[in-house]
Amino acid sequence: MNVVPINTTRASHSVSVRDLTLSFGSLTVLGNLNLDIHDGEFLVLLGSSGCGKSTLLNCIAGLLEPTEGQIFIKDKNVTWEEPKDRGIGMVFQSYALYPQMTVEGNLSFGLKVAGMAKEEIAKRIARAAEILQIEPLLQRKPAALSGGQRQRVAIGRALVRDVDVFLFDEPLSNLDAKLRSELRVEIKRLHQQLKNTMIYVTHDQIEALTLADRIAIMKSGVIQQLADPITIYNRPNNLFVAGFIGSPSMNFLRGELVEEGGRTVFRTNNVSFSLEGYETSEPLIAGRKVVLGVRPEHIKVDGDLAGEEAHEAVVDIEEPMGADNLIWLKLAGHTISVRVGGARRYAIGAQVRLGFDMTMASLFDAGTEERI
Amino acid sequence: MADVSTLNTAAIGNDAARNRLSAGPRGKKPKKTLSRRNIMLYGILGLAALYYLLPLYVMVVTSLKGMPEIRLGNIFSPPVEITFEPWVKAWAQACTGLNCDGLSRGFWNSVQIMVPSVIVSIFVASVSGYSLANWRFKGSELFFSILIIGAFIPYQVMIYPIVIILREMGVYGTLTGLIIVHTIFGMPILTLLFRNYFASLPEELFKAARIDGAGFWQIYGRIMLPMSLPIFVVAMILQVTGIWNDFLFGVVFTRPDTYPMTVQLNNIVNSVQGVKEYNVNMAATLLTGAVPLIVYFVSGRLFVRGIAAGAVKG
Repeated sequence: MNVVPINTTRASHSVSVRDLTLSFGSLTVLGNLNLDIHDGEFLVLLGSSGCGKSTLLNCIAGLLEPTEGQIFIKDKNVTWEEPKDRGIGMVFQSYALYPQMTVEGNLSFGLKVAGMAKEEIAKRIARAAEILQIEPLLQRKPAALSGGQRQRVAIGRALVRDVDVFLFDEPLSNLDAKLRSELRVEIKRLHQQLKNTMIYVTHDQIEALTLADRIAIMKSGVIQQLADPITIYNRPNNLFVAGFIGSPSMNFLRGELVEEGGRTVFRTNNVSFSLEGYETSEPLIAGRKVVLGVRPEHIKVDGDLAGEEAHEAVVDIEEPMGADNLIWLKLAGHTISVRVGGARRYAIGAQVRLGFDMTMASLFDAGTEERI
Repeated sequence: MADVSTLNTAAIGNDAARNRLSAGPRGKKPKKTLSRRNIMLYGILGLAALYYLLPLYVMVVTSLKGMPEIRLGNIFSPPVEITFEPWVKAWAQACTGLNCDGLSRGFWNSVQIMVPSVIVSIFVASVSGYSLANWRFKGSELFFSILIIGAFIPYQVMIYPIVIILREMGVYGTLTGLIIVHTIFGMPILTLLFRNYFASLPEELFKAARIDGAGFWQIYGRIMLPMSLPIFVVAMILQVTGIWNDFLFGVVFTRPDTYPMTVQLNNIVNSVQGVKEYNVNMAATLLTGAVPLIVYFVSGRLFVRGIAAGAVKG
């Protein structure tokens, strides 16, 4: 949709993608894509499967040949370079450890191929093993490792190559939930320690929000929004980004802007919502069909209200989640979810009053689905 | 939820109810050994095994009998006087045409044909299967299709043209010529086998090796080969048995002094002069069939071990 503006304020770009197009026959996976990644930045490519995020990563790695466009790594045009000459290390979802080699063999394979001296190889393996705490595993075969250990070895294989850019292709997707959150923290710590540029592909929004300096949300080969996690979460560019990020997802109310008492308000099913506090980039014109998006935690319930505008709603169902309690309510013909503290319980059918925090809400054009 | 809790309280509170609950079947369901299903199953399996083993039994006992005993006509009776004379004769003295040095010459011819054919065909097929699976080049799909079509053309159609080609190359009637023929004819099915196997290996391994800087031969030799023992064993079984048992190419493309074992066996068994020495014929046939049999027994074990060693996921 909209081309992401190229950030020109910082001079050094670790990775730059220029007008990248990739098609398989008549199928265009990536169309004219531009992306600049700063030195030492942790960039997450986020999107559902088939959106082209892994394809983009493979292009940067040199494993796929672009149909059109250029790729720069450290200001060097690497479009025609072999993967090994690009100064990258890559970690795969399925670990891709060589099953017949020991952990040490896996770590040293690339260095041996490059013809590095034995002492240097040993030094690098020792360093990587220390950073990743896999020293006791060096003589084991991958089959004798657990999933988390295997992924650590896979990261080690990228580490020993002493590269500028790390590429991660859904590295945690094969692990169970507990290990995933542990390794997520480790990857973040690794980034803070090494300060390398990291490009990380995932479909998991929690991973994206927790790890990223900036997130690029992709859909059908196009970057929808490129921004830091807070901006992505609170000021989504369009309806797709707003719906993709956040769990439970944002509430969407379809309606239109109308003139009421000298003010423009949002009206849906004959219920009007004041838009006071909403930061808009363009004047709000009455008659425009819009979608109002509010996150479940940006709706106040009963006691939290401080005299602002409120609407009657009926509790439909309750989902206690421990720390929070998610309640689903009927409001003006819509079903909306509200997140409240875990201790607050509501009976089904109870009448409550809701107030929307418009400073945190999002308004989208119903036609273009772009943020207003 | 509600149902379970009421059931629990009822069981604890009421002894009669608890007894009724615990009296029912528990644990593993007992199975009858002599069920109808088992009798059918083992009966049919036993009959089938007997059907296939009986001729082998006849061959073994006949080969261990002397001719006088055979003439009595009891083909199923075990040998009264065990003699290994027929085996020695089959191996070293049986006559085909003017040569009277037994099957041993055919055996060594077959070995000389088989070993290079198997090695060369498996090497070429594995490399081409690997490049077709991992290094897609322009026209690789077309190339593969043509190769596959080759597997469906009957051999007989190609015999005469190949005779002419070999004659022009000056290798007609030599072992080299037959080796070339076996290598080429093994190519379609072996390439298909290897391509499909390499395509089933995780693509990310190949990508990881490329990132590590390994080239075409390094990835083949150090990543792919060590993971492919099972498919190499399968290809070897196919080629060894196929080439060893081949009769048609052997009889067409070689001369009497380079005949493979199968052709020589045929000449011994079907020779019309003198008495039919059944015991020698049986021994000769068993000797010829021994090689594929041994290959099956030895590599079958290797095969299983290969599968276990190649386990990637866990």
